[in-house]
Amino acid sequence: MALLSLRDVRIHDGVGGRDLVHGVSFELSPGKVVGIVGESGSGKTLTCRAVLGILPEHFRVSGGGIELDGRDVATLTRKEWTALRGGTVGAVFQDPASYLNPSLRVGPQIAEVVRVKKGLGRRDARRRAVELLGAVRLRDPERVYQRYPHELSGGMLQRVLIAAAIAADPRVLIADEATTALDVTVQAEILDLLADLRERTGLALVVVSHDLAVVAQLCDEVLVLRAGETVEQGPVERILYEPRHEYTRLLIDQHERYGLDRFRELDHVA
Amino acid sequence: MSLEVSDLDVHYGRTRALRRVSLSVAPGQTLGVIGETGSGKSTLARAVVGLVRPSAGRITVDGEEVTRYRARQWRALRRRGVVQYVFQDPLRSLDPDVTVEDSIVEPLLIQGRPRREAADRARRLAARVHLDEELLSRLPGELSGGQRQRVTVARALVTDPRVVILDEPVSALDAANRVRALELLKQLRDAGTALVFISHDLGSVAGVADRIAVLYQGGIVEEGPARTVVNAPRHPYARLLVGSAPTLRSAAADRAQREELRELLQNIGGPA
Ligand SMILES: Nc1ncnc2c1ncn2[C@@H]1O[C@H](COP(=O)(O)OP(=O)(O)OP(=O)(O)O)[C@@H](O)[C@H]1O
Ligand SMILES: Nc1ncnc2c1ncn2[C@@H]1O[C@H](COP(=O)(O)OP(=O)(O)OP(=O)(O)O)[C@@H](O)[C@H]1O
Ligand SMILES: [Mg+2]
Ligand SMILES: [Mg+2]
Repeated sequence: MALLSLRDVRIHDGVGGRDLVHGVSFELSPGKVVGIVGESGSGKTLTCRAVLGILPEHFRVSGGGIELDGRDVATLTRKEWTALRGGTVGAVFQDPASYLNPSLRVGPQIAEVVRVKKGLGRRDARRRAVELLGAVRLRDPERVYQRYPHELSGGMLQRVLIAAAIAADPRVLIADEATTALDVTVQAEILDLLADLRERTGLALVVVSHDLAVVAQLCDEVLVLRAGETVEQGPVERILYEPRHEYTRLLIDQHERYGLDRFRELDHVA
Repeated sequence: MSLEVSDLDVHYGRTRALRRVSLSVAPGQTLGVIGETGSGKSTLARAVVGLVRPSAGRITVDGEEVTRYRARQWRALRRRGVVQYVFQDPLRSLDPDVTVEDSIVEPLLIQGRPRREAADRARRLAARVHLDEELLSRLPGELSGGQRQRVTVARALVTDPRVVILDEPVSALDAANRVRALELLKQLRDAGTALVFISHDLGSVAGVADRIAVLYQGGIVEEGPARTVVNAPRHPYARLLVGSAPTLRSAAADRAQREELRELLQNIGGPA
């Protein structure tokens, strides 16, 4: 059975008085990965936020439906949402800094998640938090544990957020541009970690990324969004290597213009 | 040289974040900076624009030695719009209570340009990074990640600066917007601006930079023409980095290959 299913989801902006997302659908079963790619401003982040029930003020799901673990999220109470977040669904968003409390050290913020969601005692929660910081390949996790958010680099912060998102062993992880601040070697290690979690625990992923190479490597299915519309959707090989829609072709074409392959090849010719 | 950094050291408390970093960028040149997360790239950028104080070394911007500048002198330099900086995190660099248009206009008003002219310029630049008219009256919190990033780029370029440091300026952009932003940077460079382009996206760096510096654990471990660094990196970290980049057509180094290079790295240790 699908862990997460979106059926023709529409998102309405109450202030602008119009729909920003016009019908997004997909199903995600355990161990699977759905990718969402597309134009900046096309509604990728809003779609993810709708799944977590954290749309910005004045925004609402105005059509279609979202089911998480068999439950229609429209019917969830605030309390039920709190129970689902973390344990059933976790998320890493763009702008990592805005999701951490700037005046608290980062380690205890993760330990708190573990304590509340996994019911561990303080000491075990701390140990687990340090372990998670190591799992996301932070060098010297004990030291990072003691740092405040502003004392960490962009990529370190992003990994702290990944650690927090997987801390409660979610069954679905939403990764919205979750590796953009990482160098490619650490990115490769994080992708390995996610692949391990998929295999070991059946973690399912929703991956939003501008990096088509990451999408190619990670995803089973892809949705291509433009201006709130799904222009094309299907298995990753088909979409990325035999795109049908003009916009998908443009996206891939533009991606290749500054693709590393190009600069490697030019040199072989010269 | 528009920007010259020599033997720069930066400490955060007792931690040494940069060790003897030297680089230079001439007018009309772009230096790409790539490297490990946490290796000191943003620290380098912040030092060049006076946001962190170096503990040793020298920085010259557009012919002026700025290393021992006081806050007041920095403010004066910034007011002239000579050097601009795009932060890695757009949310942290944009005032949450200032509209997009006012954010882009601000550097021009600080320079003392008339409001009308400034607004015209701001709108032109916004259009060049493909920001819709309707976004101009919004607050940063009401934009998507990539829209915000384009605001910070427009804001940095609006004064026709001589030196621009860009810290991950295209990380949140889709392919088409990224191409547009990179082409804009190339035009700026061709008009004589000196650019420092920090990015994890090796394709973008290879595409805009003349030379590339590789930072590892606070030190530059390799520096050379962009083509050479991308096609024939020498230092083990540079090899690991370039080899790990996934592309659409070729698989990146697999786990075993990466582990091998990591081991090699461990044996040689960090930069001196
Ligand atoms: N809080 C908000 N108030 C008003 N408009 C908003 C708000 N958040 C997002 N929007 C608008 O909704 C649209 C979709 O935004 P969303 O963040 O989902 O885009 P995205 O696909 O994630 O883009 P990116 O790739 O740039 O992150 C954009 O046009 C954006 O300007
Ligand atoms: N304000 C600060 N106080 C203490 N340490 C800091 C501070 N800012 C950065 N650091 C440390 O300095 C080192 C370099 O950080 P920096 O942000 O320059 O890295 P970076 O190369 O930009 O990394 P990324 O690619 O992840 O953005 C890191 O170890 C970081 O933890
Ligand atoms: Mg987004
Ligand atoms: Mg940085």
